[in-house]
Amino acid sequence: MLDVTKLSAAYGQVTAIRDIDLAISEGGILAIIGANGAGKSTLLKTIAGQLPTKSGSIVFDGDDVSGLPAYERARRGIIMVPEGRRLFASLTVHENLQTALSAKRKGAWTLDAVYDLFPLVAERKDRRAGNLSGGEQQATAIARALVANPRLLLLDEVSLGLAPSIIGELYASLPIILEQGTAILLVEQDVSRALNVSDEVHCLLQGATSLAGKNIALSEISAAYFGTERDS
Amino acid sequence: MNLLDPLIQGILLGGLYALFAAGLSLMFGVMRIVNLAYGDFAVLAAYGTLIVVNAALISPLAALLIVAPAMAVLGYILQRTILQRTLGLSPLPSLLVTFGLSIIIQNLLLMFGSADQKRLSLGGVDTASITLPFDIRVGVFPLFIFLLAIVILSILSWVTAKTQYGRLVRAVSDDPATVDLQGVNPKQIYALATAIAFGLVAIAGLAAGVQTSFNPTSGSMLLIFAFEAVIIGGLGSLWGTLGGAMILGVAQTVGAAFAPAQQILAGHLVFLLFLAFLPNGLTRRKVRA
Ligand SMILES: Nc1ncnc2c1ncn2[C@@H]1O[C@H](COP(=O)(O)OP(=O)(O)OP(=O)(O)O)[C@@H](O)[C@H]1O
Ligand SMILES: [Mg+2]
Repeated sequence: MLDVTKLSAAYGQVTAIRDIDLAISEGGILAIIGANGAGKSTLLKTIAGQLPTKSGSIVFDGDDVSGLPAYERARRGIIMVPEGRRLFASLTVHENLQTALSAKRKGAWTLDAVYDLFPLVAERKDRRAGNLSGGEQQATAIARALVANPRLLLLDEVSLGLAPSIIGELYASLPIILEQGTAILLVEQDVSRALNVSDEVHCLLQGATSLAGKNIALSEISAAYFGTERDS
Repeated sequence: MNLLDPLIQGILLGGLYALFAAGLSLMFGVMRIVNLAYGDFAVLAAYGTLIVVNAALISPLAALLIVAPAMAVLGYILQRTILQRTLGLSPLPSLLVTFGLSIIIQNLLLMFGSADQKRLSLGGVDTASITLPFDIRVGVFPLFIFLLAIVILSILSWVTAKTQYGRLVRAVSDDPATVDLQGVNPKQIYALATAIAFGLVAIAGLAAGVQTSFNPTSGSMLLIFAFEAVIIGGLGSLWGTLGGAMILGVAQTVGAAFAPAQQILAGHLVFLLFLAFLPNGLTRRKVRA
């Protein structure tokens, strides 16, 4: 469903990711791991269209979408939960979810279905998004993305700064989302948590792939994560 | 001295100013653009109405059915082509560009029109008045404009509060980049908001053209009144804007009751008082940076 080939992107003159190759199929999940500043968010932003592609291609459902604006990619089903949640602070939780209806995508995730999945969000429906706790905000951000009925869901560090109980709750929703055929690209700094939900990892180091594959030993991953030498 | 009469006239005048201020406030609220050419677009619309009236021999109100949509289309195109490029962190580019537009419009009107005062006429309605209790006479047209202002502001606030477009307008003024991620082109939201503002400016231009008179440079004064109404009312609040417009109108008419030549000065003074003691305006809403 998604085929990223030799993808590079830059902030002005500074290249932030280089020659990234990755693929993900319908209902699949891939975890992107790496240290601070490795380029994880940059990779997601480039796939979502918030950052222009410098070179390489992003093929989604057979079309190269790398030249399309972000809103057009969203309408095709590439939906991102951005780093830092980015809720519309002056809108209520319910209104935040309604904005995603503008992607005009039909599917299993109606407003009601999303509220069923996240009772926490349903309880806060009429609260202004600016007045939510971090966990409530993150759940609302994921709920908003689901309302757009994503084919590919890009999740950027959903666990950042949250209590373990709420992280558990959020991660428990992932298998249910995958069941609908949605693919998930998950950015996570905590390697063991990433391995819990995904067999396959893609490790970035200073903007380039340092390791990618399935069922890799934790020692090998940590070497790739920190960029330390490993004996192969 | 009877102050009730100027008070009522001032409130009605506030309706006219509110019509002006609503569009200005909309553009500022959505795009953070201060459109310095706003008054000139109102005058442009008034001239446009005059041309249609003379060419088609119809009433200005009927002409408005052509001019208001035409202005809305102009606003849409202007936003997509020129104003969109001025958006950014600094307000300076949009100030410079709209200031330039203001000069261009004034000079085009001077070139193709003439410098003398023009007026739009609705026939007998211009001077018709009705008598309210306490022997207060109010003009039918100012009363109509006041009611129209209330209706239009009600529609605008309903659209902002309840419709998907209104939600997106509020979302885009919170965070345009994230609106993009919801499958919406922020530029489209901006252009539609500008189209609405320009449709409003056409209505306001017609109202001003009937109620007072206009010449190629009278846009600057209209802009100042709209500005003052928005600031007195508090940025970003439609009903605050109506309140601000009424305060400005009352200040002018009551001022004129004391010193007939100093009507406009009285309005400015009240505005300055607000700026000094209530800089956030009536509604006291904090402006986001
Ligand atoms: N808006 C920006 N402008 C310029 N450089 C940026 C910008 N955002 C990120 N960078 C740089 O690009 C590189 C990759 O950043 P990115 O945010 O993708 O890292 P990350 O892996 O998501 O890190 P974190 O775990 O801290 O979120 C970093 O060197 C960062 O300094
Ligand atoms: Mg990041």
